[in-house]
Amino acid sequence: MAKIIRKLILAPAIYELIVEAPMVAHKCQPGQFVIVRTDEYSERIPLTIADFERNNGYITLIVQAVGNTTRHLCETFNTGDNILDIVGPLGHPSVMKKFGTVAVVGGGIGVAPIFPIARAYHEIGNKVITIIGARSRELIIWQEKMAAISDVIFITTDDGSAGRKGFVTDPLREMLVAGEKIDLVLTVGPVIMMKNVAAVTAPFNVPTTASLNAIMVDGTGMCGGCRVMVDGKNKFACVDGPEFDAHKVDFQNLVMRQQMYRNQEAIEYSCGGNCKCVEE
Amino acid sequence: MRGGMRNTMPEQPAEIRNKNFKEVALGYTKEMAIDEAQRCLNCPKPRCVTGCPVNVEIPNFIAAVVAENFGEAIGILKRKNSLPAVCGRVCPQENQCESRCVLGTKGEPVAIGRIERFVADYAREHGLDTVAYAKPSAKGKKVAIVGSGPSGLTSAGDLAKMGYNVTLFEALHAPGGVLMYGIPQFRLPKEIVQHEISALRNLGVKIIVNAVIGRTFTVKELMEEEGFDAVYIGTGAGLPHFMNIEGENLNGVYSANEFLTRVNLMKAYQFPNVATPVYIGKSTAIVGAGNVAMDAARTAKRLGSEKVYIVYRRSEEEMPARKEEIVHAREEGVILRLLNNPIRILDNGKGWVGGLECVKMELGEPDASGRRRPMPIKDSEYILDVDMVVMAIGQGPNPLIKQTTPNLEVNKHGNIIAGEENCATSIPGVFAGGDIVTGAATVISAMGAGKKAAVAIDAYLSK
Repeated sequence: MAKIIRKLILAPAIYELIVEAPMVAHKCQPGQFVIVRTDEYSERIPLTIADFERNNGYITLIVQAVGNTTRHLCETFNTGDNILDIVGPLGHPSVMKKFGTVAVVGGGIGVAPIFPIARAYHEIGNKVITIIGARSRELIIWQEKMAAISDVIFITTDDGSAGRKGFVTDPLREMLVAGEKIDLVLTVGPVIMMKNVAAVTAPFNVPTTASLNAIMVDGTGMCGGCRVMVDGKNKFACVDGPEFDAHKVDFQNLVMRQQMYRNQEAIEYSCGGNCKCVEE
Repeated sequence: MRGGMRNTMPEQPAEIRNKNFKEVALGYTKEMAIDEAQRCLNCPKPRCVTGCPVNVEIPNFIAAVVAENFGEAIGILKRKNSLPAVCGRVCPQENQCESRCVLGTKGEPVAIGRIERFVADYAREHGLDTVAYAKPSAKGKKVAIVGSGPSGLTSAGDLAKMGYNVTLFEALHAPGGVLMYGIPQFRLPKEIVQHEISALRNLGVKIIVNAVIGRTFTVKELMEEEGFDAVYIGTGAGLPHFMNIEGENLNGVYSANEFLTRVNLMKAYQFPNVATPVYIGKSTAIVGAGNVAMDAARTAKRLGSEKVYIVYRRSEEEMPARKEEIVHAREEGVILRLLNNPIRILDNGKGWVGGLECVKMELGEPDASGRRRPMPIKDSEYILDVDMVVMAIGQGPNPLIKQTTPNLEVNKHGNIIAGEENCATSIPGVFAGGDIVTGAATVISAMGAGKKAAVAIDAYLSK
């Protein structure tokens, strides 16, 4: 059982849950995730750890209510309620070292998993350039938190209602074209966005990492449902990832695999479903 | 003693059971069990016991059944076997106890497994299996068991009976390991598994679910920070193998582990009353011919797949599944495509399975396994019309513990190296057994290892 300590609505259908999970909080590192099972009828769904307080035994989850289970979690659970199961921390932690300049590129709720990683990059002395994108102003989350740990921050929206109109790839491409030295790009968000980020950085040979949110069941390497093609080989996002070399990921296959249950369920995407990856 | 033929097991008719998830084998009635028990010759030197990996005192418990003393029978069973209701259902008795029964040399062996199952079920239904063990004085030492499958459960039960303070760590949300996620409800009802596990709780075993050792705690942390004096690793063979052929990442391709986990552990057969979905094709190919393949095939049939094929590159003689499972699968309408090897999964143009290309095989000279090597027949390729494929070609060891436990020696396959008799690994105080050591095997052999480990851990901690 994991008690919800606080529940906030960050944006339409985007919720922040602070949850009591001491076994996870004592150990988790930036880049790791948990698997949540809300009640005995629930699926097991992966959620990234957006923040943690070791002393209190709390972790923060950012959840977009898009599928059956995420809607159930966000809409029926409130502060004080208990989530039946939380297991973790799962996956490899992000590699932490002084790279130099790191650009973190987050779309939609992809900003949440980026936050603890970017904060750790920042704390060990990297220059952090943050690019946050969303469809429109109200869907931008954690802008202040990100600004506080970034040296430079760009906001883009599809409709121009906040920051500049366009995509996260625009400022990234401009910086690279202008000769800005970027040593690492980390991207988390809709699959198509990550694919586009990888396409922008590839000609400049900038090492680029994507954190993949594949469909999972157990999260411990047992089912293979989260397999992704990386450099022509099958990898399990749960135990081999979730971060992979974005230049080697077969994003098209990942987009397709995320649609496996579209007939069975309301469409369930990490990106929220209303983005371009649905049509592709 | 009555001699003659063994009592047949009452079963649901094939055409009915292949549409439901209720248990296939209905179990002996009391009369059948007693009648079957009377066939036992009660040999002075019982060979059946030597065929049992956990050395259940078979003639003794059978004698108690003859005497209609079922409380005594369950007590005798549980002395050696913490999970009789499980073993009575899923053990390959034909290769173990029953293969050594004297009656089997001329006729049919005593149906030991079926009597065992009857005793366990009768005891559960009549509240006889709450046998209190004379609890030895607590030894004041803590043992961590990693993985709550058959091996971990057995080891936990034995150590608790010896007076150790035992904590069982399970990565999933329910204890039981393969008994919960792998073996289907229609062969092993999950309520029965949980009942057997509750008996361990009564022995004082503490069970912590949602704890992934290697991530939530490392083995080193268990010993140095959490105060455990010994650790037993029984994490099983959990990493699914794929064939690495074209099209394996198409939608509609599952590992048997994922397919069965969705249906068994997550109860997707009750979708949409439960939230976990499962995709079912109109026609399905299951690749492989072991017990897991049979389970997957029979599950697909029950979930409405009209045609279900077992695709296997060798012949029926080499099929690793229990004969009973093959018979059941056939009765339920599963079609065997033997001497067929998949070479490619076709895309239907939309990212889903559009067929399975196979090549026909013939058997050549014996290979390293002693079985005749299957060889492709030239120009025999054809396309099997399926829209779902399940890979049931075996599982390897999960790498998590290996990755996070420095100095733990593993072999080239990633299996932990441990003594066959003492289960000792390269790290003092750390023991391992079951599928994580041997590679994928049976429930009962994993239980046998759990038993040996308990003895070895006791010896280690008594030094």
